[in-house]
Amino acid sequence: MEIEADAISVRFGAVALFEGVDFAMRAGEMVGLIGPNGAGKTTLLRVLASLRAPEGGRVRYRGRSAAELGRRELARRLAYLAQDASVHWPMRVDALVALGRLPHRRPFQGVTAADRDAIEQAMAATAIMSLRSRTLAQVSSGERMRVLLARALAVDARVMLADEPIAALDPLHQLQVMQLLRAIAGEDRGVIVVLHDLALAMRFCDRLVLLARGGILAQGAPARVLTDDNLAQAYGVEVVRGERDGIPFLLPWKPSGQGEGGA
Amino acid sequence: MMPAAALEPAEHAWAPPHALLLVCLSLLVLVLWCISLATGYAPLDLAQALSDIANGNKTLGALVLVELRLPRALLGCFVGFSLGITGAGMQGLLRNPLAEPGIIGVSGAAAFGAVAIFYFGLAGAFALALPLGGIAGAAAATVLLYGLAGRGAGTMTLILAGVAINSFAAALTALALNLSPNPYAVTEIVFWLLGSLADRSLPYVWLVLPLMLLGWGLLILSGPALDALTLGEDTAQSLGFDLARLRLQLVAGTALAVGSAVAVTGTIAFVGLVMPHLLRPLVAHRPGRLLLVSGLGGAALTLAADIGVRILPIRPELKLGVVTAIIGAPFLFGLIYRLREEA
Repeated sequence: MEIEADAISVRFGAVALFEGVDFAMRAGEMVGLIGPNGAGKTTLLRVLASLRAPEGGRVRYRGRSAAELGRRELARRLAYLAQDASVHWPMRVDALVALGRLPHRRPFQGVTAADRDAIEQAMAATAIMSLRSRTLAQVSSGERMRVLLARALAVDARVMLADEPIAALDPLHQLQVMQLLRAIAGEDRGVIVVLHDLALAMRFCDRLVLLARGGILAQGAPARVLTDDNLAQAYGVEVVRGERDGIPFLLPWKPSGQGEGGA
Repeated sequence: MMPAAALEPAEHAWAPPHALLLVCLSLLVLVLWCISLATGYAPLDLAQALSDIANGNKTLGALVLVELRLPRALLGCFVGFSLGITGAGMQGLLRNPLAEPGIIGVSGAAAFGAVAIFYFGLAGAFALALPLGGIAGAAAATVLLYGLAGRGAGTMTLILAGVAINSFAAALTALALNLSPNPYAVTEIVFWLLGSLADRSLPYVWLVLPLMLLGWGLLILSGPALDALTLGEDTAQSLGFDLARLRLQLVAGTALAVGSAVAVTGTIAFVGLVMPHLLRPLVAHRPGRLLLVSGLGGAALTLAADIGVRILPIRPELKLGVVTAIIGAPFLFGLIYRLREEA
């Protein structure tokens, strides 16, 4: 297993966010983390990235703990794309993407040929080559998201953890980013992505983990997770379903009047 | 934290090659250093003085050069460098263009340390009493800072601890002035607090230089982590940087460099705020590269201002800290105006 988490519990003081969460991800898999607001999706993702220590349970990366791997090695294995898209200084786009190479850099070493290749590939994959000499203040918010995605890609990590990467994007860019994440997962790398858009989650992910009511409500193939019953319990919504080119889709339609999301 | 990207206009997308920038700034510092050596009240034949020193003749010229001019020029250089590089470090850590090295309270405490030496009448007890008092103040503040905002505490706690230490040091300084035994002591303290490079001797330089070098080293090593911090704390951590260690490293570096700078010169305002801000566009807003560049800029500005106070026909001589504040404050007005325009 690329990432394996056993019995993860997170508490804020006396209040438990979730308890006893088990999670595993294989190489080449794209896993969607879904659930209502406040269910702990971002927190679970941060625990999986070892950015936050859980109050209970442990996370292993191919059988080894974060402490055993060390910060640098962990940083080379995991790329983390934060939900917060703020960039504090208006650096040039290419310099920003190059930050993804920092885990590979020795002290006082410049940019190597391998670094340059990874940076170019990441910019090509996200179609931001033409923006390379602009500053972050000179790109749109959709372009900014792609720049940040390129930064995460430049790490060249085995696993990408992305927190709501499409929340601020228009439909075209949402589709493009999902296709890109799908393509990354295809190359024997894993992707864990936090999503709110159930239709896109259903369509692009191999597996979904539905986080609600203090734990994992359901996990597995999208069709098995996104049942009417689960959706009513987790989100308190009813959905309409359809099919296009043999691919099922769904659309949230109305509050179901039951479940925590409807309150 | 303010999203600074929104505050910083991007009119300067062009930046000079980094090596060229470093060479030009270093040359500028060297030239100003030479001018500083050549500037002073006593008429001095520089060439003659240099050859006297080379030949071991203890002439008046040689004495003026070694005892008066040299320490002043060296301290201008080192103090300015310290202020510039720590300003860049603090702005990078806090991701805020309005941060300055004094924000963690070490400079206020160093100033109080020296004031205490005056107050207890120890300033004349031995040659290095004043700077040692300042360094003791800075060290005490650093220990207090670690106690209040040690490992595990966030950036906000660090800023609050700095505010608290600054207020306490200011209160104690006011108390010393209040209880001062005579008006002469008050004048002495106030003039020292204004900040100056005049009448410092070479032992001052040798006392603070090792501390400053250590501080500069800690700051320069934090460059890549500051670059990563541009993307926020979580992302920086995911790139393999230990944020708690980074904070400790920057606080220790700033305490060493600025604490010893204030201990020898008193408070020299605005260099640490203005320099990183002015030079940031020239490094394409990269916080890691800004460190060294801002240090060199700080050295140049401090040397230039100190040459200015000696050339200006104003007597008594203006204090260096007064001049940098008078230049720096309008700059701050301009900065605020620009931020308002963009809001």
